[in-house]
Amino acid sequence: MSLARAWGALLRRDVMLALRQRGQLANPLLFFVMVVALFPLGMNPDPVLLRSIAPGVIWVGALLAAMLALESMFRSDFDDGALEQMLLTPYPLPLLVLAKVTAHWLVTGVPLLLVAPLLALLLNLEGEAVVILLASLALGTPLLSLIGAIGVALTVGLRRGGVLLSLLVLPLYVPVLIFAAGAVGNAQAGMAVTGQLAFLGALLALAVALAPLATAAALRISLD
Amino acid sequence: MWAWLHRLGSPKRFYGWSGALARWAGWGSLLLGVAGLYYALFASPPDYQQGESVRIMYVHVPAAWLSMFIYMNIAFASLISLVWRMKVADMFAAASAPIGAWFTFLALVTGSLWGKPMWGTWWIWDARLTSELILLFLYLGYIGLLSAIEERDTAARAAAVLALVGVVNIPIIHYSVEWWSTLHQGATVTKFEKPSIAWTMLRPLLLMALASTLFYIMVALRLARAELLRREADSTWVRELIDGHQGGGNR
Repeated sequence: MSLARAWGALLRRDVMLALRQRGQLANPLLFFVMVVALFPLGMNPDPVLLRSIAPGVIWVGALLAAMLALESMFRSDFDDGALEQMLLTPYPLPLLVLAKVTAHWLVTGVPLLLVAPLLALLLNLEGEAVVILLASLALGTPLLSLIGAIGVALTVGLRRGGVLLSLLVLPLYVPVLIFAAGAVGNAQAGMAVTGQLAFLGALLALAVALAPLATAAALRISLD
Repeated sequence: MWAWLHRLGSPKRFYGWSGALARWAGWGSLLLGVAGLYYALFASPPDYQQGESVRIMYVHVPAAWLSMFIYMNIAFASLISLVWRMKVADMFAAASAPIGAWFTFLALVTGSLWGKPMWGTWWIWDARLTSELILLFLYLGYIGLLSAIEERDTAARAAAVLALVGVVNIPIIHYSVEWWSTLHQGATVTKFEKPSIAWTMLRPLLLMALASTLFYIMVALRLARAELLRREADSTWVRELIDGHQGGGNR
C-alpha cells in the first residue's frame, strides 16, 4: 500500500472508530459548555463584565475540554496492541502519528468550533469578535491536539496518567491561550488581530513540522 | 576526542572523577558564598532608591539565573542521553531537576519578598514573573513524569523527550508572555531606570552567582553518584568499590 493510501486509511479508521462511540465524543463538549456556563453563575451576570471576560473564559474552557479529550488519542490502540503494529509497519511513524492527530482533531476539535458561537451568545460576544473567535479556534485547536499528542504519548503506558498529563501539557498551552484570547479581545476593542492570528498560524506550522517527530519518539519509548 | 569523552562518561570513570569535582565545587561554593555574603550584607552600600532591600537581589538574581541555567543543562544532558545513550547524562539530568525547581521557587519567593516593599504587592503579573512561574510548572511536570514511570531507563528517556520539547517551547512561552503583559498593562511599575551597576554591588552579585553555580554542581554530582550506585549495584566495579571500602575499614 502506498504511503498516501495508508495515511488515508488510518485517518478513516480513527474517525470511524470515534464516531461509533458518540457518547465519549459528546462528553468533553458538554464539559466545555458547562464550564463556560458556570462563570456567569460564579460572577456577576452583568453583560459588560461577561463580554470583557468572554475571550479568556471560552478559551480556557476549550483548553480544558481539549485536554479531557486527549487521553483517548492513543489509549484504545495502546490497550489492544494496534499501536505496536503501527510501529512495525514500514511507514514512517511521524506521518502515522499525524494521521491519528488529524483524526482526533476532526472528532474533538471541530465540534468545539461548532458550539463556540452558542457560547459566544451566552457571554454577549457579538459581531466581528465571534468571527475572530472561530478563526482563533480553527487555528488553535489543531495546535492543542498536536502539542497534547506529545504528552499523551509520554504517559500512555501509565495507569494513572490523567493528572500528570495536564501537568505536562498545560504549561505548553500557554502561548496558544495568550495569542488566541488576545486576538478575540482585540477584535472586541476594534483593534487589529492579524498579528495574533499570524502568530497562531506560525505556531501551527511549527507544531505540524515538529510535534509528530517528538510524539513518535515518545511512543517508541513508551512502548519499549 | 569522542572516544575520550565516552570513556569519561562511562559509569565507573564518572564515579571516579565526579567525587573529586563535587568536593572541590563544594569547598569553592562555601568560600565564595561566605565572601559573597560578607560583601552583600556588610560591605556594599544600600541602593539610593531601593534602600536595604536591594540586598535581596544578591540571592534573587543568582537563583533566577540558575533556574534557567539548570533547565538548559537538563535539556543538553537529555540530548546527549538520547543521541549517545549515555547513562550518566540521564542521571545528571534527573539529579538537576529538583535543584532547578528549588532555585526557581527561591527566585519566585525572593522576588515576591522584594516586590512587597518595592511595588507594594506580593505578586504582579509581570512578564518575567509569569515566565518564571511557568518555568516552575515545566520543572514540576518533568519531575512528575520522571517519578511516575517505574522503569528507570524508560523514565529517563521519556523525561529527556519532555525536556527537549520544553526547551523548544521556552522562548515561545517567554515572548508570548512578554507580549501579553505589555498588552495588558503599561510597563510603569516594573521598569524603573536601571543604572549601570556599581562595582561594590556587582562584586557580591558575581560572587553569589558563582557560589550558587558551584553549589548546584556539587549537589547534582552527588545526587547523580548516589543514583549511579543504586542503578549499577550489581556491576562488578561497584562490588569492588564496596569491598575495598569494607576492607579498608577493617584494617
